Amino acid sequence: MEFLWEGILAVTWKQLVMYCVGGALIWLAIKKNYEPALLLPMGFGAILVNLPMSGVIDQIAQGVGTTHGIIQWLFETGIGVSEAFPLLLFIGIGAMIDFGPLLSNPKMFLFGAAAQFGIFLTIIVATLLGFDIRDAASIGIIGAADGPTSILVSQVLRSGYMGAIAVAAYSYMALVPIIQPMAIRLVTTKKERAMRMPYTPGNVSKRMRILFPILVSVIAGLVAPASVSLVGFLMFGNLIRECGVLNRLAATAQNELANLVTLLLGLTISFSMHAEQFVTWQTLMILCLGLFAFVFDTIGGVLFAKLLNLFCKNKVNPMIGAAGISAFPMSARVVEKMGIQEDNQNHLLMHAVGANVSGQIASVVAGGVILGFFL
Amino acid sequence: MLTEQVLQNLMQAATMMWQGMLGIFVVIGLIALIVYLLSKTGGTA
Repeated sequence: MEFLWEGILAVTWKQLVMYCVGGALIWLAIKKNYEPALLLPMGFGAILVNLPMSGVIDQIAQGVGTTHGIIQWLFETGIGVSEAFPLLLFIGIGAMIDFGPLLSNPKMFLFGAAAQFGIFLTIIVATLLGFDIRDAASIGIIGAADGPTSILVSQVLRSGYMGAIAVAAYSYMALVPIIQPMAIRLVTTKKERAMRMPYTPGNVSKRMRILFPILVSVIAGLVAPASVSLVGFLMFGNLIRECGVLNRLAATAQNELANLVTLLLGLTISFSMHAEQFVTWQTLMILCLGLFAFVFDTIGGVLFAKLLNLFCKNKVNPMIGAAGISAFPMSARVVEKMGIQEDNQNHLLMHAVGANVSGQIASVVAGGVILGFFL
Repeated sequence: MLTEQVLQNLMQAATMMWQGMLGIFVVIGLIALIVYLLSKTGGTA
């Protein structure tokens, strides 16, 4: 009868903490609707991998040898060996993005670049806190506000904190509507937030829409070769969407592919949430650094917009700079909502969407640039 | 305490910061410039 108690007696306090973490993620997903497609599988997976002698990870059994677990196999195959899951997800994301608002107003590109500032500032702070440079770079990339990029960079750099980084990246993405208004108010005045920006919708030709993903892949590949897999897969998805002859594939990439990979990615990433790895002071530090990265991305974008206003005739509402992070469309919605709060006729949505999709390109370029320092 | 290793990492992180931001602005700036030029040469309908 001993086997009945063996599992229960083998539970450690750290595993108990992980059950609470898993439960909290599931609660956030269901009750608060925070990135449920990822936080729910991650939370459930965190419980599965932390059960004593869990069958979802490899175990060594007496007289049998190694038994293989499905979550460990998924991790080693889908993330460890090839980074396939985050990259495949990029095809789906690319197929979902309409770059039209950005292409009709190319000035918005610059805000995507500026809003990556928090990534690099966080890397500096993480090194000051004693993290190794590879771990610091992996932590900084939480500021890309892009879950798959965070997972991919931390995996390529072999960071031991991938679980905490993924949890931070997805949690803060969901918390953008809370984090960004606070950061924006810190560095803007009421008058600046009320600044109106006329919007003249411009039609973008099909030729431009088709050339764009090809051009972006080539330019990013030539200047930052390490970004080719990230940018290339994102732009491949977008090319499928825009070419007009692969509508069925575009629909599959947007729906079935993205849903299936998201489902597996969430469950798979939980492999890096082992109690021994996760229940540490470093995890708490990473959660704080992730918040820091998001705040300084926002501040960096806003300050860049203010700087641009010193030289430009057509002034930009500084809040548009904050929409340059990759969290789409939450960030654009935050800017629109804050604009209306100050002046009920102040509609900034289309400008903010342009900056927001620029942030999606800039964040994967940032990931590639960071990888370029180590490869 | 700033140990030699931390200082070394800090220097590397500072280098990453200016070179990384420059790299991102170069890539994004080039893309923006090409999109702008394309739109001026009949890229928009």
